[in-house]
Order: sequence, then structure tokens, then C-alpha cells
Amino acid sequence: MREITLSKAVNEALAEEMRRDPTVLILGEDVAEAGTPFKVMSGLVEEFGTERVIDTPISEPGFVGMAVGAAMTGARPVVDLMFGDFLFLIMDQLCNQAAKTHYMSGGKLNVPMVLRTNLGATRRSAAQHSQSLQALVAHIPGLKVAMPSSAYEAKGLMKTAIRDNNPVVIFEDKLMYQDKAPVPEEEFLIPFGEAHVKREGSDITLIATSSMVQVAEGVADLLETEGVSVEVIDPRTIVPLDEDTLLKSVRKTSLAIVIDEGHQSYGVTAEIASRLNEKSFYHLDAPVQRMGAMDVPVPFSPALEDVTVPTVETVAQTARKLIAREMFDAA
Amino acid sequence: MPAKSKTPSNTESYLQMYRQMVRIRAFEDQANKLYLSAKMPGLTHMYSGEEAVAVGICEALTNEDRITSTHRGHGHCVAKGADFKAMFCELLGKEEGYCRGKGGSMHIADQSHGNLGANAIVGGSMGIATGSALRAKLQGSDDVTVCFFGDGATAQGLMYEVMNMAALWKLPVIYACENNGYSEYTKTEEIAAGSITARAEAFGIEAFKVDGQDVLAVNDLSQSLVARCRKGEGPFFIELETYRYHGHHVGDINREYYRSKEEETDWKTNRDPITRFRATLLEQGIVTEEQVEAINAEIAQDAADAVAYALEAPYPDVSEVDMHVYAA
Repeated sequence: MREITLSKAVNEALAEEMRRDPTVLILGEDVAEAGTPFKVMSGLVEEFGTERVIDTPISEPGFVGMAVGAAMTGARPVVDLMFGDFLFLIMDQLCNQAAKTHYMSGGKLNVPMVLRTNLGATRRSAAQHSQSLQALVAHIPGLKVAMPSSAYEAKGLMKTAIRDNNPVVIFEDKLMYQDKAPVPEEEFLIPFGEAHVKREGSDITLIATSSMVQVAEGVADLLETEGVSVEVIDPRTIVPLDEDTLLKSVRKTSLAIVIDEGHQSYGVTAEIASRLNEKSFYHLDAPVQRMGAMDVPVPFSPALEDVTVPTVETVAQTARKLIAREMFDAA
Repeated sequence: MPAKSKTPSNTESYLQMYRQMVRIRAFEDQANKLYLSAKMPGLTHMYSGEEAVAVGICEALTNEDRITSTHRGHGHCVAKGADFKAMFCELLGKEEGYCRGKGGSMHIADQSHGNLGANAIVGGSMGIATGSALRAKLQGSDDVTVCFFGDGATAQGLMYEVMNMAALWKLPVIYACENNGYSEYTKTEEIAAGSITARAEAFGIEAFKVDGQDVLAVNDLSQSLVARCRKGEGPFFIELETYRYHGHHVGDINREYYRSKEEETDWKTNRDPITRFRATLLEQGIVTEEQVEAINAEIAQDAADAVAYALEAPYPDVSEVDMHVYAA
């Protein structure tokens, strides 16, 4: 199968959906001629014109609000939010307006919009361009949240998101745009709420999102050399969450670590771990472990930044302790 | 007020405007009673006194034209064609409400008449209205969107962001600023520096100031701006000088600390939009006293019947609580 970059995969998804459905349009800062700072949208304005690939002023609440209104009246806007950190600027439009309109109207109004943004630290961008804020939006009923972990997921989930009749937030890992993965030439969609068992194993389950899937696979490779069989699961969407696949795996392995690049406290890892503890307690040999980013603003210095996120080494260390039953001596 | 020639067409439209203003007042009088008699859950914000604004504008719109509304939104909803029963059911949280009881007073939406919804965030719908206009433009339709908001919302940053884009892209949207003199419990002059219309003019948006208690003045201006919007000459901005008879909400009863009874009496006695328009209709011989009284009585009865209906109507089944979180 051909291999393409994550950036190209998103570009293809947008182009295919825009060809298929004339109501799909793109709104955001520098999305047209510039094709975004990450060059994800290069070529789209040439094919679809400035009426469908719309460069906006630097007015995040304004253009997100406009996307909500356009979506309520029949368009399918894809909003480009240049950095995930800018979510804080648009909370009212996303969480009070987009997320609640369908419910508040008793099901009469829909907001079929996609907010594509990114996550991920270790790009030396410091505290306001490095956050992974998926927990923030996953907390709000009415929003769906997709977290692609490779070019394949990025394309399939984007196409599904555009066809969904709800507001969907997609977090791409900004360090992964140039990473290649096998992506079929022929059309495909990835349904929401279906986790992907990336690797089957029997000793421990690693549940990892987005950027952390690579880390989990690295851990699996490493521990395999130590004779440990690791199961790696990518939920692909955290809302909706495919609990069944996660529970099935944990009931098989009896040990699990949940890894996500958002802050660990009150985060995605906490939610998933809690559900596993609640629903598979008697199958567990140890409490499900959380591994998220440290609870600090992301520091600039590489020496500091690199220790804030889970790595193959730190996750492998936790896994070894779990397997050796060393973690809970005090409990 | 300049005398208008009486023609069959304006007779019909004048009567429609009168009826719609009386309907709003009747609706609000009943809503207030429901609150005062503890029959309505929560609070509500009365539109009484501002009727000429909603009616003058909405009578210049078609069913396909869209509006976004505010926390003080019953007037816009009625003016855009909503039905009393479904509105009262919504206010009471009943299943037959416009939003199946999930929205309540501050979130009534009536898609069938182009009402994209009231909004409980001050200024919260400005993006939605502008996006609706963007959609119309991209679609090549000549639908116009009116964004209703109060003077208080002019302090929100969102307004400036979307007016900028509406002006850049020549969108068919009319920003209708209902200046009722108070931003909740604070005089507008204490929260707004400079001129309100100048805010729009800074973006090159043509802005108008009109007596919001004069339904004909509001309607004349609206007709002309809506027609110009349809020709691609939008956006526009209107500041409508008006007054809310009640407090910020129905529970805001002792309000002399921020505005005087004399001021309220003056507006109600000398500038009431319904009283003024009724006088015009009588002067021009469009209706007789008897006909006006008959119209008023019929509407009052309709409102009372709708309240009685809504009070008896069933609540939604509790199984609906997690319905409509996500669209299929």
C-alpha cells in the first residue's frame, strides 16, 4: 500500500469531501494561499476557490461563531483552529453554542461542523502553543472528539467527522504531520466509537491516544524483547468511547495503563481509568494506571519540556512495575 | 409622524403590525403573571415596551429570512411568527414546547419561521447570525439575517470580530441593537463610551439610529435595508432607541436604585409603541375604536387560552432527558 504523510491524508480527506458535498467549506486563519502554517491545506484553494476555502482575520471566536451559524443553516464548515491552545479563546462559541444547540432546540437544529486543531508538546513552542486540551472538550456533552494516531486515522476520521451531524473536534498531533503511514488509495471511512486493537497481547493493555500510540507501540517493542506480551489499543475517538473493546482487553490482561498527552489531573486518562476500574474491578490485578502530561505549564527549555510527557522509557518503567506487582506495596 | 396614504396594502400591513405588537404585550403580561403566581419555573425577561422594534423589523422579513434572538427574546419569537401555545409550553417546560421543554424562555428556537434561537449569553448569537448570512451568500440565496442584541452586548468583543468579517465579505446581515438604556442594572452611558453607531461605522458599515417606539419608522427603515441586503449591499447596523417596561428580569421589581419611577412612567405614558400606533390607525381611519378593542380582546383571549392549555399540557417523559444530546 502507498504511504502518505498525515498532512497529505488530511488534505485528501478535505478535498474528497469537498468534491462530494458542495456544502463543505473551510474557514480559518491562513487556510487559503498559505495552506496553514503546517501546509495541510496546500492546493485546496486552487481547486475550490476562495468562497469555499476562506481566509479569516485572527478572530477565533468570530469565525467559530460564524461556522456555528453556517452549520445551523445548512453548511458543513470545517474550521481550522491553528493551535489547540486557542480553544480557550472559543469556549463560548464551541461549548455554549455549538455543543448545546441541538439539545436546547429539542432536536430541531443541528450543528454539523468540524473543528480541526492540534495537540502535542516537545516542539519547543512553550506553554501557549503546546497544550493537549482534549479533556476540556470531551467534558462537554454534545461535542464529539476524535484523536487520530496516524495518517490512516487522520483521513478516515476526518471524512466521518465531516459527514457527522454534530460538532466534532479533531485533534491532530502537530509533530506527526510529516509522518508517513499506509493509506489506501480507495475511499474509506473510520466509524466513530470503534477502538482499534493495534497489537494483540496477553500480559498488559496499553490504551493510548493520538501521539501516545507511537509511544505505546515503542513500549510494546521494547517489552517484547523482555518476554512481555503487550496489547495496544487506540480508542480513535474519546467521545464516543468504545468501552467494550477496552473492557474486553483489560479483562483478558488484568493490567492496564492509559496514556494521553493531556495533563494527567482531571484528564482523559483519569476518565478511562476510572471506567475500567468501575467496570472490570474483579478482573484487575492492580489499579489501572494513568500516564498523562505533568501538571505544569509546558516549559520552553528542551531540558525541561522533554520530561513533561510520557515517553517509551517512563511508560515501560510503569509497565514493568505493574507486571512485577511492585507498585502497590503501600496499599 | 407623517400621514401615510391609506391603501389596501398598507391597511393590511398596518393591522398586522398592530396585532403583532399587541400579541407580544399580551404574551408578556401572561408570562409575568405566571411568574408572579409561581407557576413558571425559573425567571424570564420581559420584552414589553420594545414591541415596535421586533415587529417593525420582522414585518420586513419573509419566512426564509432568519433572525437570532436574545435572553429578552419572546418579542422576536412572536414577531417572527411563533405560536402562543408552543411558546407557553416551552416557558413551562412542557413536551409540546418549541424545544420540547429543553430550552425554556431563554432558548426558544422556531426553525419553521427562521428563528435560529434566543441566546442566554449576551452577544452570544452574533457569530451565528453572521454565519447564517455567510451561508446565504455562499448559497446564492437572497435571504437576510437579522441579529437582535441589546446595548449591553456592544461591550462584547465578538461583535467587533463578526462585524469586521461581515463588512469584509459584504454579508446580508442587519445588526439590530435594541438600546433600552440599561445593561442589566447599569445605565448604558456607564458601560458604553462614545457612540454606538460609530462602532459599526468604523468598519464601513452604514449605521442608522431610529426611534424604536415608532413601528412605522422602524418598518420603513427595515424594508429599505432588507431590500438593499438582498441586492448585496449589506451589512447594516441599526440602533433602536427603546425602553423595557419591566426590570432586567421578572424578579427585578424594586429598581429605583438604578432608574426612577418617573422615567418609567414617562416612557409608558408618552412613548408607548402600541398606544402611539393605535392613535395613528384611528386618525387615519384604518380602524374604529370598536375594531381595535375587538382585536385586543381576541388576542387577550388567545393568550389566556394558550396559558390554560400549557398549564394542563404534559411534561416530557423523563426518558427524554438524554435525548437530543447528539443528532443522528
